[in-house]
This record gives sequence, C-alpha cells and structure tokens, in this order.
Amino acid sequence: MKTNDVLLQFTAKLVFFMIFLFSVHIFMAGHYTPGGGFVGGLLAASAIVLLILAFDLKTVQAGFRINYRIMVAIGLVLALGTAAYPMLDGKPFFTHYFDYFDLPFFGETSLHTAMLFDAGVYLVVVGVTMTIIQSIGEDE
Amino acid sequence: MMEKVLLLALVLFIVAIALSLYRLVIGPSQPDRAIALDTVGVNLLSAIAIVSVLLSTKAFLDAILILGILSFIGTISFSKYIERGVLIERKRND
Repeated sequence: MKTNDVLLQFTAKLVFFMIFLFSVHIFMAGHYTPGGGFVGGLLAASAIVLLILAFDLKTVQAGFRINYRIMVAIGLVLALGTAAYPMLDGKPFFTHYFDYFDLPFFGETSLHTAMLFDAGVYLVVVGVTMTIIQSIGEDE
Repeated sequence: MMEKVLLLALVLFIVAIALSLYRLVIGPSQPDRAIALDTVGVNLLSAIAIVSVLLSTKAFLDAILILGILSFIGTISFSKYIERGVLIERKRND
C-alpha cells in the first residue's frame, strides 16, 4: 500500500526547529533556571527522533552525517578536560573559573567553565540516546 | 476566592483525567487508547499550569512545554505503530 503522510512530514520539519531551539534555550538557561545539559540533550534527541519517525532512518542519517559514538567520546573528553584542567594550574580537581566579559553584542556577560562541562553532558546524552535508538531501529 | 476557583479547576481537570483513564482501560480498539493517552497528556499539562499559578512560580513553564512536546511525539509514535506496525523504517520503499 502506498502511503502518503505529507502532513506528518511537513509538521515534523517545522516542529524540529522549534524543539531544537527550545533545547538550546534550556541548555543555555540551565545555570539560573530549571534545565541544563541533561534535559536539553534529551530534547535535542527527541527532535531527531521526531524526524526519524516522520521520515526513515537512512534519510535522516544522510541529512545529519553524525557518528553518535564519536559524539559521546567528544562529550566525555570535554567534561573530563574541563574537570582536569585546574590540576595543571595547581588547583583541586573540578575547580571552576568564572568571570565577567564585555561581549560586543550581548553586553556584560558572565561566562563560567561549568558550561563547558554541561556541553559535555549535552553531547553525551544526545549521543547515547541516538545510539540506542539507531541500534534498535537498524535491527531487522 | 481566586484560590478556590483554581482549586475547582484542578478538581475538574482531575475528573477529566479520570474519565480519560476509564476510556484508556476499557477502550475497545487501540486508536481509542492512543487518543485517551493524548487527552491525559493535554489535561496534565493544563493541570501543571494551574498548579504553577497556584504556587505563583514560573519554574513549571518549561515543564509544560516539555510535556507538550513529549505528548506530541508519543502520540505520533503510537499512531504510526498502530497504522504501520513499525516505528522506525530503515528505508522507505514507496
């Protein structure tokens, strides 16, 4: 039977960007409001899952071309590197640095190295979730 | 007064969720259950909004949006499973 789900595919294409933007917002706002790397990563993964549900696995893989296993490795290295860098400076493991910077567009912004750690968490969560879902989906 | 109105709305949402759960349990066909689950999700989302007003906090607004997204994706996956019998296709053959 030839199926035609143009409604689902168009909605998925539109909603994907909304979910992904919301995931980035939750990731960025995690320091002061509820959210953070874990929820943001799960939301980004669920956006990709929505695309996989509307289209098929090969199309989404051709569109993204990300090896999620390497993504997990990059996230772990980022988190571990952020944690280990203060040891080179003579400070205890997991010491975080923060400072206020005057960025050209955003004005005075406080940047914190905890965000790099959170970016590692984000990459690991997205990578692990997508690895699980792709491994289950490829099983015939 | 306002608090009483909000509590009444919360009770009504609980009644609506209970009725949807009844349909979820006895629903004769699978699409009935999928729609009942979607209705439970929407009512739960609205109940969280009422609780958020009741506690006068903005901390639950993210939870409302996330619950909406998850309920949407869950309903889509249920309906796709009911219609096709498969969730993730390797390669579409049409």
